Amino acid sequence: MPPARANEHVHFEGGVKMFLNVLLGLLALTVVEVFLAYIHVPLTLMLIILIGLSLIKAAMIIAYFMHLRFERLSLVLTLIPTLVVCICLLFIVFPDSFRAKDIRSTRTSAEPVKGSAPAPEH
Amino acid sequence: MSTEAHVGRLPATEWDGGALPYRVGHRKLGMWLFIVSDAMTFSAMLIAYSYARVSSDSWPTPFPFYPSIIFSTTMTLFLLASSFTMVMAVRASAHNRLRAARRWIGATMVGGLAFLVLHLIEWEHLIHDGLRPFRLAGEWVEKWPEAPPLFGASFFAITGLHMFHVLTGVLYLGFIALRITKTRHEDVEISGLYWHFVDLVWMFVFPLIYLMSVDFSG
Repeated sequence: MPPARANEHVHFEGGVKMFLNVLLGLLALTVVEVFLAYIHVPLTLMLIILIGLSLIKAAMIIAYFMHLRFERLSLVLTLIPTLVVCICLLFIVFPDSFRAKDIRSTRTSAEPVKGSAPAPEH
Repeated sequence: MSTEAHVGRLPATEWDGGALPYRVGHRKLGMWLFIVSDAMTFSAMLIAYSYARVSSDSWPTPFPFYPSIIFSTTMTLFLLASSFTMVMAVRASAHNRLRAARRWIGATMVGGLAFLVLHLIEWEHLIHDGLRPFRLAGEWVEKWPEAPPLFGASFFAITGLHMFHVLTGVLYLGFIALRITKTRHEDVEISGLYWHFVDLVWMFVFPLIYLMSVDFSG
């Protein structure tokens, strides 16, 4: 054993079979995603399904490949809620994207905006 | 001697998790915190991409199922396979089978390099077609005349940053493989965490950038 490892306490769980099962699960979910793209599912429905499948795949990678399932709960509770809350906060501005599109379509429309004053004549 | 000073001199192994609230070393905890912060960076970029797409009247969907999606799916398979070989490397290292660990890390690097080569080929094709950060390819402008020229900027920025992470990961793994007899198991584990994170990010980039941009017009 190398000297660097002489006093090291190693904590590792998980066998080849478990990791192979995770890999096969990830491959199967990827095939489902690609199949959805092939059969032309409506865009909004496809987005919802793809995000759902991606979250499942991410959870599998974090839990098994990154070993977080076998770490202390305190570590999990420190890392995961922090990340989830911060990502949710990033979404705060997202509804503005719909508004921006509506504003543009209203301005470019030939129809005058309801309730607005008529344009001054020069 | 005060209790604190006495405690400070004890080797970490004697604590068996007692003094380390997370039962991981400070370097591994540091890598986890880096991963969380990097995940926020990629999240911000993907949300910005989605914002630009939703707020636009039209957005290019330029990737035909064959060859583009098949090509990017192959890249995904390489990355998934490399994650498996990496976890096998960590397992071998945990059992002090250092030669096997080095071989598994080598296989991981091959998977990462294959991903990089395929990605660069794809970039070369898109650039050859005329896609630039703030200019759409000529054919795309005819097909999606109302689309803003942001596709290139968002595509190159997100996939470029991810590609940079893959390249950094391959170099990092190469360094660990070369020094595996001098490193602790924790170092191999930390490099594995980084590599799995690179794979994790792609699990969101692939559906959002590629699968949501399939060209069905044939």
